[in-house]
Amino acid sequence: MSTVAKLLGHQLRDLSRSRSVAGYAIFLGLATAGLLHFGGGVVRALPSLATLVVLIVPLFCLLITTSFVYHNGDFIELLLSHPVGRRPLFVGIYLGLALPLVAAFLAGIVVPLSVAGGLVSHGSEIALLALAGALLTTVFTSIGFLVALRVGDAARGMGVALLLWLVLAVLYDGAVLLAAYQWAAYPLEKPMLVLMALNPVDVARVLVIMALDASAMMGYTGAVFQDFFGGGVGVSLAVACLTLWSAVPGAIALRTFRRKDF
Amino acid sequence: MIAVRGLTKRFGPRTVLDEVELDFAPAAVTALLGPNGAGKTTLLKSVLGLVRPTDGSVWLDGEPIDERGHYRHRLGYMPQLPNFPPHMTGRELTGMLDDLRGFEDRPDEELLDAFDLHQDLDKPFRILSGGTRQKVNAALAFRYRTPILILDEPTAGLDPVASLALKDKVRESRAEGRTVLVTSHNLGDLEAIADAVVFLHEGRVRFNGSLDELLEATDRATLEGAIAGLMRGSEKGTGLGEGTSSTPGARPRMEIVR
Repeated sequence: MSTVAKLLGHQLRDLSRSRSVAGYAIFLGLATAGLLHFGGGVVRALPSLATLVVLIVPLFCLLITTSFVYHNGDFIELLLSHPVGRRPLFVGIYLGLALPLVAAFLAGIVVPLSVAGGLVSHGSEIALLALAGALLTTVFTSIGFLVALRVGDAARGMGVALLLWLVLAVLYDGAVLLAAYQWAAYPLEKPMLVLMALNPVDVARVLVIMALDASAMMGYTGAVFQDFFGGGVGVSLAVACLTLWSAVPGAIALRTFRRKDF
Repeated sequence: MIAVRGLTKRFGPRTVLDEVELDFAPAAVTALLGPNGAGKTTLLKSVLGLVRPTDGSVWLDGEPIDERGHYRHRLGYMPQLPNFPPHMTGRELTGMLDDLRGFEDRPDEELLDAFDLHQDLDKPFRILSGGTRQKVNAALAFRYRTPILILDEPTAGLDPVASLALKDKVRESRAEGRTVLVTSHNLGDLEAIADAVVFLHEGRVRFNGSLDELLEATDRATLEGAIAGLMRGSEKGTGLGEGTSSTPGARPRMEIVR
């Protein structure tokens, strides 16, 4: 068995007892059940759930990942004192954290929806929501690793992670909206697409909104996005964009890990 | 044989190791000594590959150490702080490390017996005391019967009985022909086990020789006295122990690097 597989197995066993990952799954489960109960069914709960996913998943993944890396710094050092290469160790730890987070997300969202009968009536929408959430999880696990490995001090690192979340999930949209307002007289569809691609939260948001056929709420730009993202090619491009957003920070984090002093 | 060649490590503007040249004696216990921030832990971590040199290299049995870390099959390490994952038990940790090392021989569990740790191995680390975690830490370093042992403050946090058992184990390891590098602020402990002493100050090797040579050169009867003298000498820039100061301008006898 490879070193990565061994590490993954041991870490999955250890994380299965972690309160943070279990708490994350329970929180998502309760939130989904609450939206289903008070929203009046799957159809009306899905848009709210989509908003929740694109806001909450990045935040939890960043916080859980950065705190995991900081809390396990000494243990990572101990593992590196054994005959384990830095690359397989990083990959093992990364997958050992990203996979439980994806599983927690799917358990928290999909289980309540399937109990409410959503899988039968809205299977494709839920599948796309699950895909967007799972990809967002890997994106922000990569970014969390990168922040924790680049910023030595835990308090500063957590602060940077929170600031990143605030910028990407909240402030970025405000800035884009301001830009759209300022240059309203110009054809902005293509620049908007580029701006969206530069923010993984926006890519996931667009993917989810299109899945729920809620583009009409986005006006003219929504029609452009529906045109672009609505088909299979658009979905594939959005998925590729999010995959790139996982891979690039992940690769930089790996490079940092290989050069880091413990 | 561990050889350190021109090893320099800088953290930002601070030079922690400055062109260190060392050959650690095989089948001997070498104590790395020096004031706080002298570079002792950085030197040990450089041998382990945990710290990447700014310049220079570390060689093990004639081969430079590399990132893949295969050479660490020959190393046992006891870190300064026994910070293990809180949910994990000692038995799970040893199982994990056995698995990662691909270790299928009979492990050395003498220290587990000496520390009477077998029952504690089934408890998660979060409920174990700091001292018990340190005992697990010590037992792990010796578990794989490696030819080289690197111990960073090994007796810190251990009770006198456990400390004695650990020192006996170090002496036994040396008798078996293993090479031990150890740092500690407890000079009494080091005096009881060390054959050789490397004294570091501000990242440079100020003394490298046997314990007897150190005592003779500093004209002191104890390691504590010799090191105190060396530290005062280093601070004054002579590199010599108090009481053995050379005449002004004379080459300090302690600036010996073998």
